[in-house]
Amino acid sequence: MDLYKLTAHELIGLISEDKINSGQIMESLRQRINSVDQKLKAYVRLDDSGLSSPEPPAQSRQSILKGIPVSIKDNICTQGYNTECCSKILGGFKPPYDASVIRKLKDAGARLLYAKTNMDEFAFGSSTENSYFGPTHNPWDCGHVPGGSSGGSAAAVAADEAILALGSDTGGSIRQPASFCGVVGLKPTYGRVSRYGLIAFASSLDQIGPITKDVTDSAILMKVISGYDPHDSTSINKEVPDYTKSLGMAIKGLKIAIPKEYFVEGLDAEVKQAVREALEKLRNLGATVKEVSLPHTEYAVPVYYIIATAEASSNLARFDGVQYGYRSVQESLIDMYKKTRQEGFGEEAKRRIILGTFALSHGYYDAYYLRALKVRTLIKQDFDHVFKEYDCIITPTSPTPAFKIGERKDEPLKMYLSDIYTISVNLAGIPAISVPCGFSKGGMPIGLQIMAGPFAEEMIFRVAHTYEQNTDWNKRKPKL
Amino acid sequence: MKYEAVIGLEVHLHLKTKTKAFCGCSTEFGNQPNSQTCPVCLGLPGSLPVLNKRALELAIKVALALNCKVREYTKFDRKNYFYPDLPKNYQISQYDLALSQEGYLDINPEGKIKRIGILRVHMEEDAGKLIHKDQVSLVDFNRSGVPLLEIVTKPDINSPQEAYEYLTALKSILEYLEVSDCDMEKGSLRCDANISLKAAGAKGLGVKTELKNMNSFKGVRDALTYEIQRQAGLLERGQKLAQETRLWDAEKSLTVLMRTKEEAQDYRYFPEPDLAPFIITKDKVEEVRSAITELPQEKLARFMREYNLAEYEAKILTASRKDADYAEDCIKKYPAEDKKTIVNWLIGPVLSEANTQNCAPSELKIPGGNAELIKLAKLAEEGKVSHLAAKAVFNESITTGRPASEIIQEKNLYQVSDSASLEATAEEVIKENSGPAGDYRAGKENALMFLVGQAMKKTKGKANPKLMQEIFKRRLPRCVRE
Repeated sequence: MDLYKLTAHELIGLISEDKINSGQIMESLRQRINSVDQKLKAYVRLDDSGLSSPEPPAQSRQSILKGIPVSIKDNICTQGYNTECCSKILGGFKPPYDASVIRKLKDAGARLLYAKTNMDEFAFGSSTENSYFGPTHNPWDCGHVPGGSSGGSAAAVAADEAILALGSDTGGSIRQPASFCGVVGLKPTYGRVSRYGLIAFASSLDQIGPITKDVTDSAILMKVISGYDPHDSTSINKEVPDYTKSLGMAIKGLKIAIPKEYFVEGLDAEVKQAVREALEKLRNLGATVKEVSLPHTEYAVPVYYIIATAEASSNLARFDGVQYGYRSVQESLIDMYKKTRQEGFGEEAKRRIILGTFALSHGYYDAYYLRALKVRTLIKQDFDHVFKEYDCIITPTSPTPAFKIGERKDEPLKMYLSDIYTISVNLAGIPAISVPCGFSKGGMPIGLQIMAGPFAEEMIFRVAHTYEQNTDWNKRKPKL
Repeated sequence: MKYEAVIGLEVHLHLKTKTKAFCGCSTEFGNQPNSQTCPVCLGLPGSLPVLNKRALELAIKVALALNCKVREYTKFDRKNYFYPDLPKNYQISQYDLALSQEGYLDINPEGKIKRIGILRVHMEEDAGKLIHKDQVSLVDFNRSGVPLLEIVTKPDINSPQEAYEYLTALKSILEYLEVSDCDMEKGSLRCDANISLKAAGAKGLGVKTELKNMNSFKGVRDALTYEIQRQAGLLERGQKLAQETRLWDAEKSLTVLMRTKEEAQDYRYFPEPDLAPFIITKDKVEEVRSAITELPQEKLARFMREYNLAEYEAKILTASRKDADYAEDCIKKYPAEDKKTIVNWLIGPVLSEANTQNCAPSELKIPGGNAELIKLAKLAEEGKVSHLAAKAVFNESITTGRPASEIIQEKNLYQVSDSASLEATAEEVIKENSGPAGDYRAGKENALMFLVGQAMKKTKGKANPKLMQEIFKRRLPRCVRE
C-alpha cells in the first residue's frame, strides 16, 4: 500500500487499528519525496537531515495526530531548524524557539518535516517564483506556477509529497495556491490561530492555516492549531469547537450569497463556469443562492497593498545583518546596513519595502495609510452587512487557473490582481476556504472560495464538506 | 537686549517592574551582558510583544500623581529608525493617543509657586546598550525592552534653576510612588531639554535647540545656562539660530552640535499591529488612584501641621519617602507631647552624620536602632544627660557601633541633678577659685561660665550645668550697684 497517497484521517484510522505505524508513513513519504521533488521543488534544503524528523514520543499514539507527518512553510519558526522565509537575508537562521503552532503540533503527536516548504520570499508573491531557492512547479503541469506564496505546501500536498501542510495567508497565500494545485486550503479568522513564531509579513493580516488533501483533514488540523495563545496579544480567547463535528451536517436551507462584484471582467470563462456549476450543485443540495453586493470590493487591492506593504516595511527592518542571517561585512555601520539589505533581499521584497516606507512617510501617511485603514473598515462593514442575512459567501478563489512560470514575473500589477478575490477576506479578518471545483480544458485545477463570518469556520467546513462529498474533484491526482 | 528662555523637558524613566515591558525577562541592572534576553526582547523573527500589566499600572500611577488625564482608549505605535541597539529597528512607543496628557507639577522657586504643565506621559520600551571595545562594537540587550515612561513638559520653564527645581520635585514624586530608582548614573532616569530664546516680552517662540547627554540634574542646569549664553551671544551678533540637536560635554562644560534639522529623521509612526488598542476603565484608574500614597507636598504640609514644624524643618525631614517614613517613625515613638527635641536631633546630629557618611538619614546605621536614638534624645531633654554629653555619646556610638545607653552606663554620664551633691561641688569650686568667684561677684559675667566649667570638670561633665549656674548665682550674690 502506498501510504503517502492517503489522507491524514485514513492514516489515523489505520494507526488506531494498529495496522501501520508512524515510521512506515514516514518511509513511504520519504520515497515519494525522493522520487518527485526534484521535478517539483516543493521543499527547500531537502537533504536527509531535513527529513529525518524525530519519531514522536510513544504516548503521542494516543494523541490526535498519532505520528502523522506535517510539512511546514519556511516562515514558521522551528527550534534548531533553519527557518529562512526562502530569503538569502535569513540564510542559516535557526530559531531558538518553536512557533506556538509547532508546539501544538508536537503536543498532538505530529511528526514534523524539517525540510520546509518553498514560498515566495517573505510570502511576497502569488507564484512562489520569488523564492531565493527558485520556483516550485505545479504538479498538474510543471510549466505552471503552483500559486503562492504557500506554493511549496500546496504543491507538496497535491503531489502526495505531504500528508498535511501548514501555510500562511496574508492576502490569499493559502487559498490561491490551494486553488492552483487542486487541494483544500483554509485561512482562519484573524486571531483564531496564534501568530507567535510566524515570521511576520503584515501583522494585521497574517494567519497560519492548513493545506490538506480534503476538508476532513482540514478540520482535523484546524482543531489542533487553533486556540488562544498568551504569547500573541492578537489571538482571541474563544473556545475551539471540534470542527470535525460540523462535517456531514446537511446544508438544506442555508443561505449562500454571491457578490456581483466578483463576477466581472477579468474572470476567466472556465473558472466562471466551474463556479456556476458548483453553485448549482449546492442549490440542488438544498441551499438558496442569491446575488448580493460588496460595494467596496474595487478598493480591496489598493487598500491591501498600502496596509500590507506599510506593515511589511517595518516588520522587515530587523533584517539588518546585526544579530542573525546574512551580513555583508563593510567598514561602516551604514554601509553594512545598506549592502546587507541590498544583497540579502530579492527584488519583490525591496519593491514592497519601498512602497510601504513611502506610504508611512511624513506628509503621505494621512493620504495613504490612514485612508487605507478607513476604507478597510468599510470593506469589513460590507461583509458584516451580508453575514447578517447569509450563512456564507461563495466566489471563485482566483480569477484564472494557474498561469505559466515566468508569465507574470515582470508584471507586478498583473501578479497582484491574481489575489483580487482573496484579499478582502484578510482585510475583513474573516475565514475562507478554497476547495477544488473543477478543471480547465488545459487540465489545471479550479478553486471555489467559501467565506463566512468571524469564527464561523464550522459553517465553512459544513458547506465545503457537503460539496466535497457530492463531487470527486479532490480524488483526482496529478500524473507525475 | 534682554532675552527670555523658554524651556521644555523630556524625562525618560525606567519603570521598576520585575520583568520587561513586553516579555518575561528580568529587568535587573548590572548583570552579565545578554543574560536577560529572549526571542521577544531580542526582536527575533516571529516573536510578538505582550504588554506587562504591572508596567501599565505604574504608568497610570505616575500620570495621576502628575495630575494628568488618563486616556480611556489608548494604543501603541511603532517608531521606526535603524540603530544596532534597537533589535527590531523600531521602538514600540506611543504617538497620537498617549496614555495620558494635560497634567501639571507645582514647583516652588524663590518661595513662589509656579505651575509647570505636563504635556503628556506615555509608555515605551528601552533599547539595548552599545559597548565599544578596541575595534569592535558589541550590543548588550539586557536593557532592551525595559519599560520606559516619557514625561514631557509644556514649554513653561523659564530658567535653568526652574528646570533644576522641576527635576528635583519630579524625582521626589517618583521616589514617593516607588515607580523608579531614578538613578541617572544607571540610566534609569534620563533627561533631554528643549530651549529657545526670545526677546523679553515678545510673543511667539524662538528657534529651539534640543539638548542631550546630561547625566545629572546639575548637568541639565549647567547645559541650559551655557546654552542661554551661547544663543544670546549669537542673537546679539545678529546671527540666526538653526534648529539643531546638541550634546552636553560635562567635562568641557559646553554643548556641541549633534545634528541639524535637515538631518532629522522621519520616524514613520504607525499603530503597532501586534498589540491591539486597549481600554483603561474608570475602575482601573480609580483602583490605581486609591493605591497612591501621600505625595511629597501633601506630606510636607501634614508634617508642619501635625508636628508643629517650620517649613524648613519639614522639608528636610520629607526630602525622600524613606527619610520621611524614618523621621515619622522616630517622631511618633518619641514619648512626649512636644516633638521639638527629637526633630532637632533628626535635623541636627542625625542629618550631619548622614551627610558625613554621604547617605540618607534613613540609611544611617544607629547601633541599637531608632529606640536608642529616642532614648538618648529623651535623656537629654529631661536633663539626665547633658546635651553636650549626649551628642558626644551619639558620635561615639556611631563610630564604635555600640548602643548609646551602653556608653552612658559605662561612662556613668548620667547628669547629677541631686542638689546636695551639686552644692558640695559648688562649695569646693568657689573655695579653689576664689579669684574668679570674687570677679563674678564684682560683676564679671564671664567668670560664672568659668566656674560652671570648673564644676563640670570636677564632675566629669555630669553636673547639670543649668542647676550649677543657679547654685553659683545664689551662693555668690552680686554686689554691683544698680
